[in-house]
Amino acid sequence: MATAARPLYNFLVRRNYIFLGVIFAGAFGFEMAFDTISDRIWDNINKGRQWKDIRAKYIQSEDDE
Amino acid sequence: MLARSCLRSTRAVGAVRNGAVNTSKRAASTSSSEAASPFRLNMAGSAATAVAIGSMAWYYHLYGTELHAMTPTEEGLHPTKYPWEHAAWTKTFDHQALRRGFQVYQEVCSSCHSLSRIPYRSLVGVTHTVDEAKAMAEENEYDSEPNDEGEIEKRPGKLSDYLPSPYKNDEAARAANNGALPPDLSLIVKARHGGCDYIFSLLTGYPEEPPPGVKLPDGLNFNPYFPGTGIAMARVLYNDLVEYEDGTPASTSQMAKDVVEFLNWSAEPEMDQRKKMGLKVLAITSLLTALSIWVKRYKWSPIKTRKIVYVPPKMGGRPNGH
Repeated sequence: MATAARPLYNFLVRRNYIFLGVIFAGAFGFEMAFDTISDRIWDNINKGRQWKDIRAKYIQSEDDE
Repeated sequence: MLARSCLRSTRAVGAVRNGAVNTSKRAASTSSSEAASPFRLNMAGSAATAVAIGSMAWYYHLYGTELHAMTPTEEGLHPTKYPWEHAAWTKTFDHQALRRGFQVYQEVCSSCHSLSRIPYRSLVGVTHTVDEAKAMAEENEYDSEPNDEGEIEKRPGKLSDYLPSPYKNDEAARAANNGALPPDLSLIVKARHGGCDYIFSLLTGYPEEPPPGVKLPDGLNFNPYFPGTGIAMARVLYNDLVEYEDGTPASTSQMAKDVVEFLNWSAEPEMDQRKKMGLKVLAITSLLTALSIWVKRYKWSPIKTRKIVYVPPKMGGRPNGH
């Protein structure tokens, strides 16, 4: 392990309760980041096809009535 | 036996051709009286081959050909494969098309076909807003709970109500349609071979008039894609039959395409979500696969790269006992 990472390792992994917390927080953070990114990719692939893309038309037309 | 005599005959021929070599071999077993003539051996070989091929052909003729329980007419014409965009594995339904397709169902199909598994609430956030769906539901009347006298009154529809069926039951539907039951369309895309392709071909495949020589019973229409080619449903989609609210030209094929996509949605309303989840699963599993391959190589690298050296003990000297 590189010497620069040594203090980080000591802090995060040495004590089990912190290591457990790191794992849970990491899973939470990864899930959020992964979902956000994949949603963005998905919406980009399906641009203009999903309901949220055409929803505005019908909301507005109801306000006019 | 045949093979052995063949071997012998070649050896005999060889012996004639190159006697000097064969003198050292045991030539006694190859007596000239035992060797058959090459012509008769060729004949025997050819005959055996012909018999083998013939028996295989006969067997194939008996058991090998594909059997069809139905004639091609009864099978119906295979539908054309169309490049459905929503069928690609990263594409959702085109919800504008779903909305148009629902309009086509509502204005055309629903006069005979039910869509009994779709409640109004499932249209919300797919093709219509909440208010639109509520308004549509309220146009219909449904049975309410029994009141204090036990009478069942009618009430306007709610979001949780299912789309009303055109007939009270299947018997009423048959009676109204010359004995033919218009199938429920909720799962029709899953329920028919060819799915979207079949239904699109069926809707757009009615010829102007049946080909000469085709005789159909009264009340049936000719459609080559329908198994048996005689279908009780007449052609219903004609150009500009409906007027789309988004201004799309309502050609026959446009309406058929929209309504087929809508029926695909009604059969698989979970498709958008399923494909999105599938893409995520593929991303994560490919990441984990790559990770596990790397870990394996990392852990195995000392074992794969080690070198085992064997130093033999010195021979001749006394065994040194260490």
